[in-house]
Amino acid sequence: MDFSILTDYFGLYLEGFWGTILSSVLALIGSFLLGSVIAVFRITTVKGLRWFGTGYVEFVRNIPLLLVVYIFYYGPSALGFPLDGFKAGTIGLAVYTSAFIAEAIRAGIMAVPKGQMEAARSSGLSYIQTMMHVILPQAIKLVIPPLGNQFINLIKNSSVLTIVAGMDLMYFADSISTETYRTFDTYIFVAVFYLVLTLPLSYGVRVWERRLQRKY
Amino acid sequence: MDFAGAFSAANLGFLMDGFYLTLIVAFVSIILSFVIGVIVGVIRYAEVPVLSPVMFFLVELIRNLPLLLIIFFVRFALPEVGIKMGLTTAAIAALTIFEAAMIAEIVRGGLTAVDKGQIEAARSSGLSSFQTLWHIVLPQGLRHMVPPLVSQFISLLKDTSLATIVALPELMHNAKIVMGQKESFTIPVLLLIAVLYFAVNYLLSVVSRRLEHKTA
Repeated sequence: MDFSILTDYFGLYLEGFWGTILSSVLALIGSFLLGSVIAVFRITTVKGLRWFGTGYVEFVRNIPLLLVVYIFYYGPSALGFPLDGFKAGTIGLAVYTSAFIAEAIRAGIMAVPKGQMEAARSSGLSYIQTMMHVILPQAIKLVIPPLGNQFINLIKNSSVLTIVAGMDLMYFADSISTETYRTFDTYIFVAVFYLVLTLPLSYGVRVWERRLQRKY
Repeated sequence: MDFAGAFSAANLGFLMDGFYLTLIVAFVSIILSFVIGVIVGVIRYAEVPVLSPVMFFLVELIRNLPLLLIIFFVRFALPEVGIKMGLTTAAIAALTIFEAAMIAEIVRGGLTAVDKGQIEAARSSGLSSFQTLWHIVLPQGLRHMVPPLVSQFISLLKDTSLATIVALPELMHNAKIVMGQKESFTIPVLLLIAVLYFAVNYLLSVVSRRLEHKTA
């Protein structure tokens, strides 16, 4: 193993590492907001919204992430307002992940016992008040582990940015390996950078899940 | 948008070639990763000394890395240390390694979910621990695994698109080539491949829901 690659190209590695983190965090925020809206659509009694929410989730979950990224990369440029790889990739990541987050949030809300809603409503709380003060605070605890898993997936999935030149870790690794001609060593360090992010998160999710299990 | 031009006989044939390879690669990888995943999952569940901790380490490592990195690594880094294989083989190998790790966790989870009383009853009826695993735990555990396994197979089919990074001529790769002919082909081609991916995956999820009803 040639550690001089890591020291000589540390700046490039860091730049890519930063791109990966930035894209993952932005996509997490975007997909959480979008996913929450879609989750509300999925559980509302308004038929049109429900239909849209279900269609959105089913469509997005059944096509590849790379296709979603291509839609935001090649689509706008065909229509005359091109997006760069980082923007298109991050938007694609957010849209793709939002479908999974919507389902996680919906499952969390459904897991709160029905009696809670009935009790709150008959105590005189409105539907919105019940959601805000009774259902969501309980649901959020259940939603944290799947959200954590989605964030881990986001970090791993952000590697597709490299296919649209999105300035992430894999993208910079490519320029490092074309200079060093040492693909094996270059990419072992790339793997370490990813693991630095994903392993602690995986561990955290597992600890939280165990805590939830003990409570019930 | 030039649907007639984008869907010329030559282009359609080329896209269908890609779709065919996508299906073949997905099918072979599903079979291989299922077999390996079950073996690894059972080893993890059985808590064999030395072997189980090693499997735990490998599964955790692989699950926390991006698949794109693994595909790239198998194709371009392994040859540097003397492990050489053809393009399609490399793609299948990478997909199998990654998905087998995911499936191993699903299998272990399904086996752990089998009621402990079942194992105690079988063991006290005189079955060996292997017989208990084979006749009692595995058949019941498999039932818990069907829905997550099918969604993993759907992920695998979507993930074949990542092999575009090593220029495997699958659907996504061929789509990009057709889109490159003319800007007005972009949206028709994106629409067509979205429909193709969606159709196969949606079919799989419908089958999964049927199976769930049957086994429940």
